Amino acid sequence: MAAPQVTYAIDKDAALMIEPLDLMTAIYHRRSGITHIVAEPIPQILAVIGATPETADVIAERLAAVFDLGKDVDAATEIISARLEEMASLGLLGRHYA
Amino acid sequence: MHEFRVQVGPAAFRIGSAWARPIQMLAELYRAYPTPAITDYSVRLEPVSPMRRYLRPSVAIKGDYILPDAAPLPLTQALLAAEMGMNLQMALGWRRHLLLHASAVEKDGKALIMTGESGSGKSTLAALLGHAGWRFMGDEFVLLDLATGEAVPFPRLISLKNEAIAAMQKRISADRFGPLMAGTPKGDIRHLVPPVDAVQAMAIPARPALLLFPSFGFEAAVRPVAFSEVFARLTQASTNYVPLGEDGFRTLTRFVKDVPARAIDYRNGDEAQALVHSLWRELA
Repeated sequence: MAAPQVTYAIDKDAALMIEPLDLMTAIYHRRSGITHIVAEPIPQILAVIGATPETADVIAERLAAVFDLGKDVDAATEIISARLEEMASLGLLGRHYA
Repeated sequence: MHEFRVQVGPAAFRIGSAWARPIQMLAELYRAYPTPAITDYSVRLEPVSPMRRYLRPSVAIKGDYILPDAAPLPLTQALLAAEMGMNLQMALGWRRHLLLHASAVEKDGKALIMTGESGSGKSTLAALLGHAGWRFMGDEFVLLDLATGEAVPFPRLISLKNEAIAAMQKRISADRFGPLMAGTPKGDIRHLVPPVDAVQAMAIPARPALLLFPSFGFEAAVRPVAFSEVFARLTQASTNYVPLGEDGFRTLTRFVKDVPARAIDYRNGDEAQALVHSLWRELA
């Protein structure tokens, strides 16, 4: 049996407050009361991700349409995939299994 | 138990003491402050044991909020004990404002806020400026209004430490000082009564206009500080950022974006005042 496909979406219940500061962005996570100070690509991922769960590949494609991810698309996708996992672990995103 | 009540900015304290002398000293030093009918917090100065009320008297700091491991102080340092007790109530209990561990002075309705580690000179600088044309707003806590973002004064007694004591004694008459407490856990300490105008205007807030991170002991220098660094340092300088939740986040991010910030190094009070005046003209 194939491993379930992992998808990510905005967690509406987390109701993030996002304040760009400079190169860093402050994010208040209402559900936990924790403040995160994050660098790119986290704010960029949050800007393109929606309420419909999508795979890391689809999210990377959407980011590539807006930002220059460089020539090595696979490497960029790998980085984005790792960040998505971290964000889901922190509760900043919802993680779903298709 | 002997009792004293005092209003400092928006906070009202009741201080109880097993000994009369600390209460007499507090009443003397806080004589220009209002006496509240109802208090927010109680601080009690109690003997560590019944015997220690008389024999090598030793003061334990009690109150609504306590630090279980706080070491008692000798009775000669009871004023410091009272001040530590009052600070502790604010640090652990206050929720009406975002509380920053900082000093502040005001001019033309605008506040200069200074924050840094103990020994950075923020307290001494506020005391110097507060006696040189600025209104002293506080040397320990700055309270940020959660709705307006304004700085609300908390002008308790100025707590001068070590070299700052002699520096201020040169400028201010002796009757404004409390007793010298030598060899406390924080070094030598002597309290200075804030100028009369600071107490009279302690209900009047000011719009934060400049934030400085002073460092004492280095050649004069000014450095910009990035928004993200200011934000991170102020979350550390706030004792109630976390419990205030969303209000704390909103108030702090607004402050960080609205208020220009600089780190300054200085070797003496004159140098610091010159830096402050030039940055104030440029940025505030």
